[in-house]
Amino acid sequence: MEPALDCFICRNSTAGQPQSAALAVAAPQGGLSISHNVFPNVRISAMLAVERHFSARLLSQLNGIGDMKKIALVLATITGLAFPAIAAANSLKVGMITTLSGGGASLGIDVRDGFMLAVMQANDPGIEVVVDDDQRKPDIAVQIADKMIQSDKVDVLTGIIWSNLALAVVPSAVQQGKFYLSPNAGPSALAGELCHENYFNVAWQNDNLHEAAGAYANSAGYSNSYLVAPNYPAGIDALNGYKRFFEGEIANSHYTKLGQDDYAAELAVIRASGADSVFFFLPGGMGIAFLKQYAQSGIDIPLLGPAFSFDQGILQAVGDAALGVINTSQWSKDLDNEANAAFVEAFQAEYGRLPSLYASQGYDTANLLISAMAKAEVSDADAFRAALREAEFDSVRGSFAFDTNQHPVQDIYVREVVREGEVLTNRIVGLAMEDRSNAYVGDCSM
Amino acid sequence: MSAILFAEQILNGLQLGVMLFLMAAGLTLVFGVMGLINLAHGSLYMIGAFACAGVATATGSFWLGLLSGLAAAAAAGAIVEITVIRRLYRRDHLDQVLATFALILVFSEGTRWIFGSFPLYLNPPELLLGTVVLPGGIEYPKFRLAIIVAGLAVAAGLFWLIGRTTLGIRIRAGECDREMIAALGVNIGILYTLVFALGAGLAGLAGAMVGSIQSVQVGMGEPVLILAFVVIVIGGIGSVEGAFVASILVGLADTLGRFLFPVLFGAFMDASSATSIGSALASMLIYLLMAVVLVFRPRGLFGNVGA
Repeated sequence: MEPALDCFICRNSTAGQPQSAALAVAAPQGGLSISHNVFPNVRISAMLAVERHFSARLLSQLNGIGDMKKIALVLATITGLAFPAIAAANSLKVGMITTLSGGGASLGIDVRDGFMLAVMQANDPGIEVVVDDDQRKPDIAVQIADKMIQSDKVDVLTGIIWSNLALAVVPSAVQQGKFYLSPNAGPSALAGELCHENYFNVAWQNDNLHEAAGAYANSAGYSNSYLVAPNYPAGIDALNGYKRFFEGEIANSHYTKLGQDDYAAELAVIRASGADSVFFFLPGGMGIAFLKQYAQSGIDIPLLGPAFSFDQGILQAVGDAALGVINTSQWSKDLDNEANAAFVEAFQAEYGRLPSLYASQGYDTANLLISAMAKAEVSDADAFRAALREAEFDSVRGSFAFDTNQHPVQDIYVREVVREGEVLTNRIVGLAMEDRSNAYVGDCSM
Repeated sequence: MSAILFAEQILNGLQLGVMLFLMAAGLTLVFGVMGLINLAHGSLYMIGAFACAGVATATGSFWLGLLSGLAAAAAAGAIVEITVIRRLYRRDHLDQVLATFALILVFSEGTRWIFGSFPLYLNPPELLLGTVVLPGGIEYPKFRLAIIVAGLAVAAGLFWLIGRTTLGIRIRAGECDREMIAALGVNIGILYTLVFALGAGLAGLAGAMVGSIQSVQVGMGEPVLILAFVVIVIGGIGSVEGAFVASILVGLADTLGRFLFPVLFGAFMDASSATSIGSALASMLIYLLMAVVLVFRPRGLFGNVGA
């Protein structure tokens, strides 16, 4: 039996509600639909997707191959008078478009799991979440967004991992009066000229972690950096972000092919360059390959980079090659605050693995949404927007606020990769930037 | 730019070349002998890497992993040949492309089902970690050197197998005239399965070796598959010698292009546009090479075998 469901029933029974005999269970596509009558005038219907490990993987396969099958999670819909407080609370429908199959699936799965954890914890019957897989393809993301807006009638969209997908979906969604809360992608255009009152970024502006790496390099006393990034917009933004704060010389800005797996030629040049530090931005498999080959090459120039190549999902694949590497992040597992400790523990208990950066962003996104729901109805867009702007939720990052362009103002930390028992993870070793906003606030008309 | 750096880049190109040869050899053999376009060859490479990572993690021995990577890919190749590919020999190329593309999807999603979406851990053995200093003062990673040696050894073995053994004679005969060798009493079905499994095993070996310096993840085979196709087109479809020469050529062109183009453009334009134009052009270089070869030798460098 799905554990989350056990909890759900047990919470109801401890609340003193008599359990009804009528319990109908159906399982379409691995989802579990339960409808049980607790009170004559209270009807709880719950459809819970079986969202753990194996079955989650299986479902994402189905998504990848099939005709965009849907995993719907409707925690509960309650009508009636038994819980006046809850019954009066407003309802809201969230459409999550994220990457659940293909190369970048681990990021999307983490965002989804973090988001769902917060929704489960809130146990608010008013929230309904529809999840669909964009397969990392902009055209599919646009189709899903249209379908969610037109036929699912969602109020809020979220979930997109990749900046190119966000640029394809967000401007038209917010034009249609929907809210978009970004749990990851933060392209500069959406922070600057394309900023919109209905677009909130809960994660970062894309340049943030790179800027922090540049700032850290100054304080570490580096004076000559060799920079490596893939030749595509986010790669160019990354190196510009680093250069914005780094005061030393740049030995070379080396652009590689996107998706490149072999860095022998680059490493030979780095070895001969005479630089005193190497900054690299190579997300996903590219970073794994680079780190392993760097460690094997015997080059002893210190490495630093943004947290993307050091998140919990891929560290184990890199292995000891990542040990001791410095990276910058707005979140870390060992960040010392109550909300974070509770999040890390609950995530591990629910999913059996350590949360990643992306999971923390999904979790914060859901909690921001829930905090706004408590204050305003989504149908009153102005009030709901104002409630989102206040950002009164316990962020796992500690302090959290929105700047005028609705991107976070947050601390960015310096982390080091360490081994804890059998598991590789990150530990905070310092603060790179305090209350960092972003470079594009001035370009936004808000 | 020093001579040492240049020599190191030549070695890097050579290493990429022998790796590509392991992939391309199977692809070109299967096309030459059976006339089959096998898009799923990249999946066999991925199976090799995953089997190696799985066994190496479970047993702690990289060598066992390497062996099982080779064996798993060869076994997968044999099974696929018997169950699916065998039905495609007499169909046209479009049907073959469609069916083997379906196999890519089946293998990718099946692998994700078993191993999950997160990349796996696979590192070279202790023995081959770190670097060696070669004559002339080149500091070079041991594992890459081992790949070059292993790749050249496999290439030599393959040439011996095809040129000097009965099996090789049968393979070459199958390339020339399949009805005739069937009439002479050779069991063509078993021969085809063997050739397919041999090609798959080589791809699996490549996957296991490359997986330990890159990342073991679903979809890792497709970029390599494209390069392998470029190699067999340049070398002449069906020719193992051609695949060898073309692999080394492509490996060197790709590596030296990535290394030299930005320097070259830096001589007459500012640094930032030189790096972006140089790296963009470098990623096109092997396709330009292919186009140039095809202009002068439409059947590829060694392409006299009927295709």
